[in-house]
Amino acid sequence: MANAYWCIVEDDRKGAPKKVMSEVLGEAGRLAGGTVEAVWLTDKATDDGIKQLGAWGASKVWVLENAAFAPYIGEVWVPALAELVAKESPKAIFAPVTSRMREFVARLAARLGAGLSADSVGFAMEGDALVATRPVYAGKVLAKMTWAKTPWIATMRPNVFKPAEASVAKSAQVEKPSVKIPTPRMKLVERREEVSTGLPELTEAETVISGGRGMKGPENYVILEKMAAVIGAAVGASRAAVDAGWRPHRFQIGQTGRTISPKLYLGFGVSGAIQHLAGMRTSKVIVAVNKDPEAPIFKIADYGIVGDLFEVVPALTDEFKKLLEK
Amino acid sequence: MKIVVAVKQVPDTATQVKISGADPKAIDTAGITWIVSPYDEFAIEEALRIKEKRGQGEVVAVSLGPDRVKEALRSALAMGCDRAIHLNDPAWANADTLATAQALAAVIKQEQPALVLCGRQAIDDDMGAVGAQLAEVLDWPCASWIMDEAVDADAKTVRVGRQVEGGLEVFDIPLPAVLSAQKGLNEPRYPTLKGIMGAKKKEIKDVKPGDLGLTPGAPQLMVKKLEALPARPPGRIIQGEVKDAVKELVRALREDAKAI
Repeated sequence: MANAYWCIVEDDRKGAPKKVMSEVLGEAGRLAGGTVEAVWLTDKATDDGIKQLGAWGASKVWVLENAAFAPYIGEVWVPALAELVAKESPKAIFAPVTSRMREFVARLAARLGAGLSADSVGFAMEGDALVATRPVYAGKVLAKMTWAKTPWIATMRPNVFKPAEASVAKSAQVEKPSVKIPTPRMKLVERREEVSTGLPELTEAETVISGGRGMKGPENYVILEKMAAVIGAAVGASRAAVDAGWRPHRFQIGQTGRTISPKLYLGFGVSGAIQHLAGMRTSKVIVAVNKDPEAPIFKIADYGIVGDLFEVVPALTDEFKKLLEK
Repeated sequence: MKIVVAVKQVPDTATQVKISGADPKAIDTAGITWIVSPYDEFAIEEALRIKEKRGQGEVVAVSLGPDRVKEALRSALAMGCDRAIHLNDPAWANADTLATAQALAAVIKQEQPALVLCGRQAIDDDMGAVGAQLAEVLDWPCASWIMDEAVDADAKTVRVGRQVEGGLEVFDIPLPAVLSAQKGLNEPRYPTLKGIMGAKKKEIKDVKPGDLGLTPGAPQLMVKKLEALPARPPGRIIQGEVKDAVKELVRALREDAKAI
């Protein structure tokens, strides 16, 4: 329907929308106060997935299902969705920040000649205009952004927006529009899976444990992994640790790594260089453990312990175990 | 093979950033140290490596911005780029990502390179959109966040690994194409003294919208204003023996912060 707020669905590639969609749909619902629709480009949409999107507040799910949509290729996705946008004239197009959505939404905005606010952390309606908030300059400043016209296109940082409460009473109407599927010039050769850590994905995790230079070496991350297994956290690292070769780059938190915004961030032996803070400053609760009482991370920490992480980590892990086994 | 690298000049990460007293939409640029955005250095390095491996070719650095941007282009030349193009006009002062992509695309259409490389994002506004938007304006294929690449012997195809959640997707992409560099692609070189001296003699060409047949339109996304970060409530250092401190921390995380 014209003027709807569209939420592009990020899924697990197995037919289920990712949990971050509850945040995107929830925020869109608060802004729209009415029509929120999900748009799902996928090679396999499942009934359960559609039900889930409805429960999170989508009144309609546009299902664009085609084998050509996996893996994501901009040359395929962009013309397909642009065709639907031209027909339906949505007022806003939202997506979560994930690797493919980042590129897709940027390319789509260029195709539509529309503005894009990437990695937004807040929205407000000012009169009839949407205003987005996004961190800039390593998160040292917040920028308020406005659009020249609709559709307002934005991506949302995961873990920042309040998720929609799932309601099984709500259900979505399903629409399967036919759109032209272009043939891409680029061809998938293979997908190389990373060795699974068995822990949550860094950018999606509600709790993140991070180890810095104070970890002293790659062999010591095992103590953080033990704690992570107890509390269901992801394990990241600072640039110092990554540049030293202790952890692969995909685990780096910071300006030249991943931006995270967990409910709880625990930093061990992390000094808190600006470039690290840029990637975790919007975490809700920050805990820092460092030997150096002058470490800059204590300036933004909610709770700090000045001490030796090699004593604190095992003791804290035991305390978490006791708490969670109760 | 000709390669264009898109470069952005940004404030150094460690530099103090203050909102301008005169213009709440801008930062105070006095005293800022400017650098080439780190991801763009990966792009420059990769372009130079492709040229060196092939034993021939040309690497052209392009940047949009005011006069100070020449310094960033000079750094790119010092690393080894052959020449530079500076999109330098007040009409681009408020360029958003799309206007930037359109300007870059116009230059690229004139230059007709086989490959365009850029960083995955610039570390000032962190928008991460220009590479993909450039590909869209040019109607070229693109891959973002690449971790490795290999151009085939005929310079017809590039094989790239793009980083995605949980792995790497490897694609064969016919050239021309746009690629955006992720950290891990390479280790950028430092300019040598010879490189720095040589860069002074290399060409930096100023380009105006008229030279490209462009009339920059109004931006689609505007900064309404900049705001200082809200202060975080003061934190609490938990004192005492380790065993007591961790007990108190866990209690506080559960009962006060409700974070676990």
